[in-house]
Amino acid sequence: MNLFDSFLVRAALAGLGVALAAAPLGCFVVWRRMAYFGDATAHAAILGVALALALNISIMVGVLAVVLVAATIVSGLTTRGYAMDTLLGVMAHSALAIGLVAVSFLTNVRIDLMAYLFGDILAVGKVDLAVIWGGAAIVLGLIGWRWSALLTTTLNAELAHASGIDPRREQLILTIALAVVIAVAIKVVGVLLIASLLVIPAAAARPFSSTPERMAALAMGIGALSALGGLYLAFQFDTPTGPTIVCVAATCFTFASIVGAVTSKA
Amino acid sequence: MPVRHHMTPLVEAKHLSVAMNGNEVLHGVDLRLEPSEIVTVVGPNGSGKSTLLRSIIGAVPLSHGSIRLKPGLRIGYVPQKLHIDPTLPITVARFLSLPKSASDQDTNAALERAGVRDLKNRQMARLSGGQFQRVLLARALLSNPELLILDEATQGLDQAGSAAFYAQIEDIRTELGCAVLMVSHELHVVMAASDRVICLNGHVCCEGAPEHVASAPEYRALFGSGTQGALALYRHEHNHSHDHEHSHEHEAAE
Repeated sequence: MNLFDSFLVRAALAGLGVALAAAPLGCFVVWRRMAYFGDATAHAAILGVALALALNISIMVGVLAVVLVAATIVSGLTTRGYAMDTLLGVMAHSALAIGLVAVSFLTNVRIDLMAYLFGDILAVGKVDLAVIWGGAAIVLGLIGWRWSALLTTTLNAELAHASGIDPRREQLILTIALAVVIAVAIKVVGVLLIASLLVIPAAAARPFSSTPERMAALAMGIGALSALGGLYLAFQFDTPTGPTIVCVAATCFTFASIVGAVTSKA
Repeated sequence: MPVRHHMTPLVEAKHLSVAMNGNEVLHGVDLRLEPSEIVTVVGPNGSGKSTLLRSIIGAVPLSHGSIRLKPGLRIGYVPQKLHIDPTLPITVARFLSLPKSASDQDTNAALERAGVRDLKNRQMARLSGGQFQRVLLARALLSNPELLILDEATQGLDQAGSAAFYAQIEDIRTELGCAVLMVSHELHVVMAASDRVICLNGHVCCEGAPEHVASAPEYRALFGSGTQGALALYRHEHNHSHDHEHSHEHEAAE
């Protein structure tokens, strides 16, 4: 029997791939205070699912396209005097609502929308696995390639300019990486949980990090631990897999915060 | 002393205009920077001082005019303020290695020159205001700059701290021979350390040697007379002799 024939092994590898790609990206999301940005674009992904089904194209392509458009609109509008949180609030909820309405028009398609909201990691096939690891490789490659430039831009846009780095280009690279993670992860953890897998491992890694590199590496470890641990616990106690993964990540965060608070006082 | 008119200028701006949100922040500014001279830009809030600096490093697009930099010009830039989010862990040494990694030796030399050699392994988020500005200065020195640009680098420092900071800038100019272009509110402190002062209020009101500018009627109209100029800055006359209808509508744009 081939190793990949086991649905548990496929689920574990899928979770691992998403967690490893999301963790370093999540660090930038935390550093740049974009947590709600990830959340809002993930919501917009539902509209991408609906459009993909209506146009009979790949769901991943639909999600990727809609997330990129949504992220670009938000970035564009913030320079025109709207507050970021207001825009994200408008976009997140209206895109989700439009997506849900659009899906209801598709009378000839019966889909389980819950699967896209909460994900279904146990139903991951070999092709999905290839997509996830392909996406993870793209995201990690992008972030690794632009690491110094992204960090400089995150610290200060003017510093970046003075060093010959275009902050808008680095922002675009982050947006693309975010869109790719959402597009490949939507099936595994679902839109509602993607933002937490981005943010929670990074936040949990913070108290133990003295450099950005260390924080990214630790976040990857915590993300991987959450994915594998969550899968194991969900299997043991027959709980929903995606939420269980996030619960494990949240436990790591709580533990890290307590240890961090105790050690910084000592 | 700076050498004038013999070398190619480091920066040459002609009829420079910058518009932000429909307001013209700068209009028709001419600026020429020679190697190793210290030039200070003074002007009231919203007069476009920071915008002028940011246009030189290419951070804001021009609406008119041109800026020519000497080919391959190495610029060290010290920003006005830099907030490092406490969620981002970064040591001073790591910060100095961004975006290009710096050798241990260069890092130590830059920190030493900026007067903060003991801070290497400290977290950026835990530095005091004065330490932070000096680390920013060290970072700007790492590129071995021909031009050092400082945007109100002493904001938040007390007067003694600012004076010490500017004394260090003068030493650095003497040591490295780099030109310095800076913006400041602390006129009397800065003017003593400057070869040339440019008084800006959307356009160049007057410029020249510090003594010349301090006694110029345009400068007095903006800042009042005498060394109380720094105080006058905050309650400057809105109907000074160079009044332009759009001079005071862009306080937020800076």
